[in-house]
Order: sequence, then structure tokens, then C-alpha cells
Amino acid sequence: MEGFLPWQWCVFWYLVMVPFIIYGVYLLNKQVKEHRETLSLLAVSGAFIFLLSSLKMPSPVVGSCSHPTGTGLSVVLFGPIITAVLSVIVLIFQALFMAHGGITTLGANDFSMGIAGPLLGYAVYRLGKAVNLNIFVNIFLVTAVADLFTYVITAIELAAAFPATHGSFMISFETFFAIYAVTQVPLAILEGVLIALVFKYIIQSRADILVKLGVLTQEQVTKIMGSFS
Amino acid sequence: MNFKVFAKYRLEILFAVVVIVFAAVFLIQNANIQANAKPGQETWQGSDDMGSAAIEATGYTPWIQPLWTPPSTEVESLLFSIQSGLGAFVIGYFFGFYRGKRDSAKAA
Repeated sequence: MEGFLPWQWCVFWYLVMVPFIIYGVYLLNKQVKEHRETLSLLAVSGAFIFLLSSLKMPSPVVGSCSHPTGTGLSVVLFGPIITAVLSVIVLIFQALFMAHGGITTLGANDFSMGIAGPLLGYAVYRLGKAVNLNIFVNIFLVTAVADLFTYVITAIELAAAFPATHGSFMISFETFFAIYAVTQVPLAILEGVLIALVFKYIIQSRADILVKLGVLTQEQVTKIMGSFS
Repeated sequence: MNFKVFAKYRLEILFAVVVIVFAAVFLIQNANIQANAKPGQETWQGSDDMGSAAIEATGYTPWIQPLWTPPSTEVESLLFSIQSGLGAFVIGYFFGFYRGKRDSAKAA
């Protein structure tokens, strides 16, 4: 929320975010210039972040509401750095028009939603690929992890900024963890299954781009298509 | 019985099952919460509002206010709906476009 981080922390998280955004914009330009045909999937990935992060969903475990992040698809298709740029666009939109998030806290919010969550999701993705995990299971895990970890990082950011309150970082972290991360578990699962399903439609529509992006090989595409006919 | 259709739509079925379980747990949990809620107590709050409240409880006051805040929760829902709509529009547009391309390639 606007003004909810002491200004030193706002500056700190901006400094962390800016290099990712600069590099992300560079990668984004390169991607669009060199592989124009991937532009439509880039738009779809961004649109999923837009759509899912606008939903306030009840979380049945604790009885509060929270937003999914929708970053999973973009992480798998375009990697975490480009995801940081797509996320920051959504975060600016929500900060300006809904007073949701904030311009001062943009660095912290993009670090959790657009950078840290996606980076861990991407690590899961690479690991899944290395052990030849089923692509749909992999996408489920990537999406759920990117979503959940976003809120774990939010809890860490807040605990770091407000430790003295309860005496120590850990106690404060537990408070924020209970508020943010626990709420997120059912949403992360639901989002993971949704993106895995969406991925099926992307394979059926534009398998050619997935092969070009290196997400799947032609043999894998043929095999998956066969399993759904 | 033809089981092939289950294999073909296994992800759709899985998604439907997860949604139903999610909704069922929500309904049960909601019944519990409503039964135990004190009159006037707000339920199903946003975790972000709870987070802000936890911060304010420490005696911290935000040092800056948003330039613009939606005047009511109704207006705020409208703006969030516009955001969802924009996202859904782009997704639907491109999936429709892919579908049309595929169909016309088949027809040719």
C-alpha cells in the first residue's frame, strides 16, 4: 500500500528493481524484433497477469481474500526477467487507478511479484525440465510456486521493514506470513491448475512458437497432441 | 462406454474438480465463519488490508497518501472489473485469432 513502507525501504527496493526492468525492457525489445511471431503470446501472457491479478478471491483456509499473480505462463514462455516488466505494468495500473499497491512501494511489490516469485518459479521450471517432468505438472508447479513465493517475499519485505514492533524479525515475519502466505495456498493451487489447462490450448493453437521458444520439442508436441485426441 | 473423451478432456475435468472442491470448502468455511462472527464483524477481508492494519497497529503512519483513491468499494470493483475485462479481451482475441487461422488453413 502507498506509504506503507518507510522511505528508505522504498528507495532500497527501487534500486533492486531498476536493473531487472532495464534488462527486461532490453530483452523484450530483442524478443519482439527477432521473433515477431512471439508477440501474440507475449500479449496473452501479459493479459493473464492482468486478468488474474485483478481477481480478489476468497481463500477458504483462513477466511480472507487475496489476489492470484498470474505470472506462471509468462515465466515459462519468456522467463523471469521479461515477467518483471509485464508485472510492473500491471502494478502501475493498479497503483494509479485503484490505489492498490502504490508508486512508492512499486519496487517492493515488483520485487515480490515480478522478480523473486518468477525467479523461483523459473528455477522450478528448469529443474522439472532437467528431470523430464510432465510438462503440465511442471507448469502447475511453476505457477503455484511463483504465486506462493510472491507472498512469502511480501512477508519478508514487511518483516524486514517492521521488525522492532514485535521485538524481532522472525516474530514479525510469522505475523505477516500468516496474513499473506497462508491465505495464498489454495489460490496458488487453483491458479496452477488453470494455467496448466491454458497451456494445453496454447499447444493446440501455437505449438510452433513453443518449439521456437524452446519450451517443447517437436516430438513432445506430437506426443502431447496425440494424447489429447 | 467410451472413455476416450475422459482422456481427451482430462485437464478440463481436473480443473472442474478443483473448482468444485474449492467452492465446497469455501461454503463450509463460510458457514462456520458466519456462525461465529460477532454482529457487524467484517468477514473475508483482503489480506492486504489485514497486512496494512497489522502495520498500523505497530503505531506506524503511512508517510504519503495515494494521489487518487476510488471513492467507494463499488467504484473500486468497477475498476477491477475493467482490468479483468481488458485481460480477458486480449486472451479471447488471440485464441480466436489462432483458431480462425487454423480453420482457414484446414479449409484451404
